Amino acid sequence: MDESVANYVHTPTAHDSAAKHVSGQARYVDDMPEPKDLLHCYIGTSTCAHARIKALNLSAVRRAPGVVDVLTAGDIPGSNDISPVHMHDEPVLAQDLAQFAGQPLFAVVAETRKQARRAARLAEIDYSELPVALDIESDPEHQSHVLDSRILQRGEPDTALPAAPNRLTGEFRIGGQDHFYLEGQVSMAVPGEDGDMLILTSSQHPSEVQQLVARNLGLQDNDVTVEVRRMGGAFGGKETQAAQWAIIAALMANVTGRPVKLRLDRDDDMLSTGKRHDFLIRYDVGFDDQGRIVAVLFDHAVRCGISADLSGPIADRAMFHSDNAYYLSDLRINSYRCKTNTVSNTAFRGFGGPQGMLGIERVIDAIAWQLGKDPLSVRLANLYGLKQRNVTPYGMVVRDNVIKELIADLLVTSDYERRRRQIDRFNRDSPVIRRGIALTPAKFGISFTTTFLNQAAALVHVYKDGSIHLNHGGTEMGQGLMIKVAQIVAQEFQVDLERIKISATNTGKVPNTTATAASAGTDMNGMAARAAARKIKKRLTRFAAGKFDVPESEVTFGNNQVMAGEHTLGFAELVAQAWLGRISLSATGFYRTPKIHYDPETFKGRPFLYFAYGAAVTEVEVDCLTGEHRIRQVDILYDAGRSLNQAIDLGQIEGGFIQGAGWLTTEELWWDAQGHLRTHAPSTYKIPTCGDMPGSFNVRIWDKGRNREKTIHRSKAVGEPPLMLAISVHSALNQAIAGKLAGDALPELDSPATPEAILNCLHQHGNPEQ
Amino acid sequence: MHHKIRFIRAGQVEEIDNCNPTQTVLEYLREEKGLTGTKEGCAEGDCGACTVVVGELYSDGIRYRAVNSCIQFLATLDGRQLITVEDLATPESGLHPVQQAMVDQHGSQCGFCTPGFVMSLFAMFHHERESAVKAVDIDLELAGNLCRCTGYAPIVRAAEQALTPGRSDLLSDNITQQLRQLKAIQPINSLETGAGDRLFFTPRTLDELCTTLQKHPRATLVAGATDVGLWVTKQMRRLDSIIYLGGVGELGRIRDDGHGLELGAAVSYTDAIEPISKYYPAFRSLMERIGAKQVRNVGTVGGNIANGSPIGDMPPGLIAAGARLTLCSKAGRRVMDLEDFFIRYGVQDLQQGEFVECLYLPAPEPDQVFATYKISKRIEQDISAVCAAFALKIKGGRIKDARVCFGGMAEIPKRASHCERSLEGRTWNQQSIEMAMTALADDFTPINDMRASRTYRMRVAQNLLQRFYLEQLDLQYPVRLTSKFGQAVSDG
Repeated sequence: MDESVANYVHTPTAHDSAAKHVSGQARYVDDMPEPKDLLHCYIGTSTCAHARIKALNLSAVRRAPGVVDVLTAGDIPGSNDISPVHMHDEPVLAQDLAQFAGQPLFAVVAETRKQARRAARLAEIDYSELPVALDIESDPEHQSHVLDSRILQRGEPDTALPAAPNRLTGEFRIGGQDHFYLEGQVSMAVPGEDGDMLILTSSQHPSEVQQLVARNLGLQDNDVTVEVRRMGGAFGGKETQAAQWAIIAALMANVTGRPVKLRLDRDDDMLSTGKRHDFLIRYDVGFDDQGRIVAVLFDHAVRCGISADLSGPIADRAMFHSDNAYYLSDLRINSYRCKTNTVSNTAFRGFGGPQGMLGIERVIDAIAWQLGKDPLSVRLANLYGLKQRNVTPYGMVVRDNVIKELIADLLVTSDYERRRRQIDRFNRDSPVIRRGIALTPAKFGISFTTTFLNQAAALVHVYKDGSIHLNHGGTEMGQGLMIKVAQIVAQEFQVDLERIKISATNTGKVPNTTATAASAGTDMNGMAARAAARKIKKRLTRFAAGKFDVPESEVTFGNNQVMAGEHTLGFAELVAQAWLGRISLSATGFYRTPKIHYDPETFKGRPFLYFAYGAAVTEVEVDCLTGEHRIRQVDILYDAGRSLNQAIDLGQIEGGFIQGAGWLTTEELWWDAQGHLRTHAPSTYKIPTCGDMPGSFNVRIWDKGRNREKTIHRSKAVGEPPLMLAISVHSALNQAIAGKLAGDALPELDSPATPEAILNCLHQHGNPEQ
Repeated sequence: MHHKIRFIRAGQVEEIDNCNPTQTVLEYLREEKGLTGTKEGCAEGDCGACTVVVGELYSDGIRYRAVNSCIQFLATLDGRQLITVEDLATPESGLHPVQQAMVDQHGSQCGFCTPGFVMSLFAMFHHERESAVKAVDIDLELAGNLCRCTGYAPIVRAAEQALTPGRSDLLSDNITQQLRQLKAIQPINSLETGAGDRLFFTPRTLDELCTTLQKHPRATLVAGATDVGLWVTKQMRRLDSIIYLGGVGELGRIRDDGHGLELGAAVSYTDAIEPISKYYPAFRSLMERIGAKQVRNVGTVGGNIANGSPIGDMPPGLIAAGARLTLCSKAGRRVMDLEDFFIRYGVQDLQQGEFVECLYLPAPEPDQVFATYKISKRIEQDISAVCAAFALKIKGGRIKDARVCFGGMAEIPKRASHCERSLEGRTWNQQSIEMAMTALADDFTPINDMRASRTYRMRVAQNLLQRFYLEQLDLQYPVRLTSKFGQAVSDG
């Protein structure tokens, strides 16, 4: 590269807010200076999982100290609807029917938050209880659904299966997962003139918050402005789930004419907001003696909760990822989107992909166990080919397949073969403590499967002093989107990052955005921001060419300077002159992801621009007397394309893996028979802590990575895929306990693999005693 | 008696009159002072986002400890120093070494948990500054800080970067001035603050405590408030008056008479670990898993007993070891076996005006084998599904005496009498253990709840007895999880 051009991308630059994070100066919604006259809002929720509400007596709530007003469904001027997909199947406040324990029924606003919380407990509610459907039933096809069932089929599985040399069936359950973002749901609504409403919120989807606030208040979208500076974590849990609290705050602000803040307590947050979908997966697989899959049938029963929310595309993505990295010639997937009296499940990092992938990885482990082979050899036998066996069940050709290269590399660096032998030896002499090792790959499709969502926009201003204001539709939730996009703009203008002001996402600046989700935040907003920067750069180039009388091709930007033929001047100097020359120094940029198309009726097309790949080797240890376990070592190799920022990407890989490990091990959502979630705080719901990190944790970004598609600087997405590498943890646990058991069957270890689940498994399948 | 609480913050003495007895430190920081660097993540002391550091005089220096500000009552700061994330960096010196390390190692992503981690690291920074931090200690010290973004790897790297031997910072450089300030605000008599019928008392002697409790029989006794704090933040209970036990000198005493240990009711877990483990090494690994550092720094063994929880982690081991409890009131003292204190769920043998004064833990008897185990979904910072303790006297290959006690198996911490009877008199071998495992099924009918099912509780309780036996044998293979760092776990 030209020495006069500085590299702002492909560098391990620190998060833009790092110094503010560590010194407590980074502001989240609840840290904003509170406006004068601020009121605090709180919600009252259903204590029944399914009931007619015969009477909602709120007089004690109204009379409570500090209370200013109370709001019920009847007070909502607009649509009383939070469905993100226009299904009209979930209210802001339930009116006559409570459908899950924790569903908001009313809101109260008071002078202090404590007063509002106290008052909210004083409601007298007369319920007439109805039958409760809590879980996926054994016959999911015939239980109540929030959406129609879907089928994805390729080839002739019904004829191929009976003809296969070997056949296995199985069934297992995959639990959900609470996002447990450290910053709970919060919104502040500030009323303006003419009924305008400004919302400060912690949302991945400001435009949707804007539209839903408008719809529920009976306003136009342009009456509502939504701003998000940063979130204290989101992971999909603030894609649709943030809107309800913003709407309630706005409704209260509308009624009282005063600013209103609503911040949920942790327990209410966990009781009243959606989680990752639980799945029941059944499989019927035929395979040859090498373990190569001939045909497979999957049933996906998906626990959606009370409403559709994003369950449709989530269950779809589970189907799209039922192949993971393997070629499946003949298959059928039946997907049942079950309705239950539990909070409506929602987006969570991976968006159905993890469940679909765990399904096929379990099938592979079961085949290997049946054949007495190392599961790795079965995995290798089934991987997508480069030239043949390279079309996904939905008809997309896998053109960028690097998984074999990644696995080959990782096998060497993780010393897999030697360690596997070592573990076999250890297990031979160790009846109580068992070890297991597993390698699992991940292939994850990048793009929203809903094609129209793949659009992004940005707004860039250059001020007269050469400083730059950067804005785009993406939101910052800790993933480092803002710094990556700033790096991209710095690269374009060839100015230092200090010149670039990262600004809050604001619907008044960039409209009609899609959620920051699907790992596509940088891919899309980076492209949009570059497009905006290039427009301004083009104008500056033309201006400089005219001013110095050189061809435009001789105007170059490098290292905070602009060279025009013989002339060199500072970036700021050129900008100042351009302004005097009446050149526009502001531009918008727009990006739509190319090449993608997909027919939701036939499940055929190219829903993804490309695939992200990675592989992990995990070694675990299990105590067969108690089911307790530890992750001893993890080795990961991840293809981030040409990484825009190795430090940020490494953080996503490490963090995603551990979050996935939590989902599969300690994070258990537990409802009692009445339908009350009893794991609704960190005291009962256990996300990984420091000690759960592997003793040895070796994560590498693949140095040969380069996106085959023309993505921003040939980088690849990194937000979600690493989570699915944690499937290696579950597989390794299965390996560890399988050897302990009599019989040939792989134990059907459910997820999460809590100590209890493991000990159950040992007991059901053999005798773990000495 | 004094009525204003005084503590040091940001180099100044803060003086507060009529302090609301249940106002938390976090409320004070965020709502009154507008210091929003300290975050609320859960309001129950389980996530560490609200971690602050409290300094207090200790022998001839200052001891800095991380605590959860969300459930710490402000008035407990009387005579102490409060350090928050805002206090670490200065315009002159820039970021504190622990902050700089977090930046250098990319230890923050969303940043919301970060101030809490910074403060835990800051407390570690001031602990044993002459030595480098060990990996196992990082796990222990940071278990109370949850991070959902990073997976902890960069935070551990930051700890390793910042916690080098011989480290110092502005605080350690100016220790004389800090000492002077702290000494100047030491309360010399008891505190009574608050307003109306909602008062906060910090008596300084047992006598004062008895009198205060007699005068205010409805007052809530609080030591670490790691449980009572949740009554306020979660149940929204309006407590009347609070009597804080942290100022009563006698309750903070640890006395070792050579035959056993007397622990005052207000001794924190952190302070109790060493003396208890000296007599009963098996207690160490259990106690290091009670709550997390922030909870152990303020939570007390006495509180764990007095609140009568069926899943407290200390009582099974203490009962198996034959601990005795001393209750005190204006009327005098009562001494009882600890196991007799627990009557049924939520009911203890504690009369009005009476409080737990101290616990006496006798030294192990000759030939006694002792172990206590905890089973939970997550290894660090979790509440037990089952907690087990075994104290067996074995002589000449025979079990002379068996004390077996469980938590999480009944509505109170309870001895397993069938199991004990089955063991007593038998030969110390596998067959006897198997019979005792069967007998255990007659002792308990555990419940199903979110922590574990009835079946698992019974099964794992039986298997822990098996583990206990295997651990006494000189086996060539491990019978407990080995350390994730490669070495064997070393405890009793």
